[in-house]
Amino acid sequence: MEMINLDHSATTPVREEVVEAMTPFFFEVFGNPSSLHSSGQGASRAVEGCRKKVAGILGARSGEIIFTSGGTEADNLAIQGAAHAAKGKGRHIITSAIEHSAVLKCCRHLEQEGYDVTYLPVDEHAMVDVESVISAIRPDTLLISIMLANNEVGTIQPIGEIGKRIETENILFHTDAVQATGKISLRPDDLGVDLLSISGHKIYGPKGVGLLYIRRGTPIAPLMQGGGHEMGFRPGTENVAGIVGLAKALELAEQERDAFCRRISRLRHMLKKGIAESIADIRINEHPEHHLPHILNVSFGSVDGEALLLILDTLGIWVSTGAACASGSSEASHVLRAMNVPEKLARGSIRFSLGRENTETDIRRVLMTLPDIVAGLRQSRAV
Amino acid sequence: MYTEKVMEHFTHPRNVGTMDDADGVGEVGNPVCGDMMTFYIKVKDDKLVDIKYQTFGCVAAIAVSSMVSEMATGQTIEKAKAISKKTVAESLDGLPKEKMHCSNLGAQALALAISNYEDKISGRQKPAGKTSPRETSGSEVVCPRCQARNPAVANFCMGCGEKIER
Repeated sequence: MEMINLDHSATTPVREEVVEAMTPFFFEVFGNPSSLHSSGQGASRAVEGCRKKVAGILGARSGEIIFTSGGTEADNLAIQGAAHAAKGKGRHIITSAIEHSAVLKCCRHLEQEGYDVTYLPVDEHAMVDVESVISAIRPDTLLISIMLANNEVGTIQPIGEIGKRIETENILFHTDAVQATGKISLRPDDLGVDLLSISGHKIYGPKGVGLLYIRRGTPIAPLMQGGGHEMGFRPGTENVAGIVGLAKALELAEQERDAFCRRISRLRHMLKKGIAESIADIRINEHPEHHLPHILNVSFGSVDGEALLLILDTLGIWVSTGAACASGSSEASHVLRAMNVPEKLARGSIRFSLGRENTETDIRRVLMTLPDIVAGLRQSRAV
Repeated sequence: MYTEKVMEHFTHPRNVGTMDDADGVGEVGNPVCGDMMTFYIKVKDDKLVDIKYQTFGCVAAIAVSSMVSEMATGQTIEKAKAISKKTVAESLDGLPKEKMHCSNLGAQALALAISNYEDKISGRQKPAGKTSPRETSGSEVVCPRCQARNPAVANFCMGCGEKIER
């Protein structure tokens, strides 16, 4: 059975070109970049070359790119690092209710340390209102952290606009660009952000590597203590092969971005239209205009999302749910709840996230089976 | 997350369906998560000769319904009554902790169907779960079966799963 992966927002397979680029750094050039001999210096040159390449893609300086263990660490370093560096000066953070848990849990943790956090609501399309950001600003606000695009429903947030509005304020601005990478432009100068998180494994790179862009001069306290790696922001011997893989994956994603987005948008539209035409009692959870090209979140009424996911899995189709029933209460995703999706619909929510290996045939196969599966699950309903 | 046995029953549920001439019907639901189960039983010579059910719910709820129907078919009333949430979960090689309430629902739906049958033959003629609840001060309703207090909007008792009719 040919598998159809419609769960690219969870992770992606590593591209062959990326593996090829990484391979020498497991064998011939395995040195520690801190070593002074030629093997170490070879590795060091590779890491610095990647830093330069990534900086070029982002329109940044090399010294502004800090490699991390992934998106979660990048978010933690940005938020906790900014908060701790501002100790005594600021104690208020603004974020949104639909952030990834790497951001939300960081903020909750900081609340326990005595910081104040404002969690901004969103509208029914998961959009943050620019005015609500501006009016939440206080004299002691130190950081605003709002994602570039949401990972569950794909809504693209007005980051550039917020960046412009707070240009003259003495407030740091962070955006989690993990889901947006390879889909929309990521230049920090255009977005007006000081901090930007990227992950490798969402763009056909390896797991366990990511990066944080830190605008020059931004006060950030490191999370860990150790050797002075990564300009003192992130100690620990560099994940050389991982960094090479991340840089290669980002380079390819940016080169192919326009063509990829055009193609994947068509597939998303085909899937959306097909579902809307063949299945009743559904809700498409999206922003009608400002959405990522590859994410489609659909709530199927009177269906349990997990049951639907597992039946699709038996047919070789991989998706993910927006909610799970736990301890007898339906725990709808915080994003769908923030969008005010009724609990009963949220329970039957599925996220389809498309990627480069998906074809029209894949979408047709999904559309051929989905109506029957949904009808079957609905039929067993005891009324 | 789920055992092979749970997945096997979920993907190939046994005895799904309804029964027009059932001897007993039991309906339970969880007002919070929205799971619902209706069990239909056919009794002959004190034995459950046929069982059907309809279940709307999660993977665990569907697997539990299927397992309960399989465990109880062919059993005497007394033996079927001994089926508990523990024995159901054990027969499925275990359920995730947060899904244990599903096995409770299955055992209760069967128990309700049996008590509905027993009421019928003893002449008490109470239609399936259709007892009317006692209303209390405005926002609450008391379950006619277990006396638990439920929010006025509850369609099923939060204590025992009994359907609350109005």
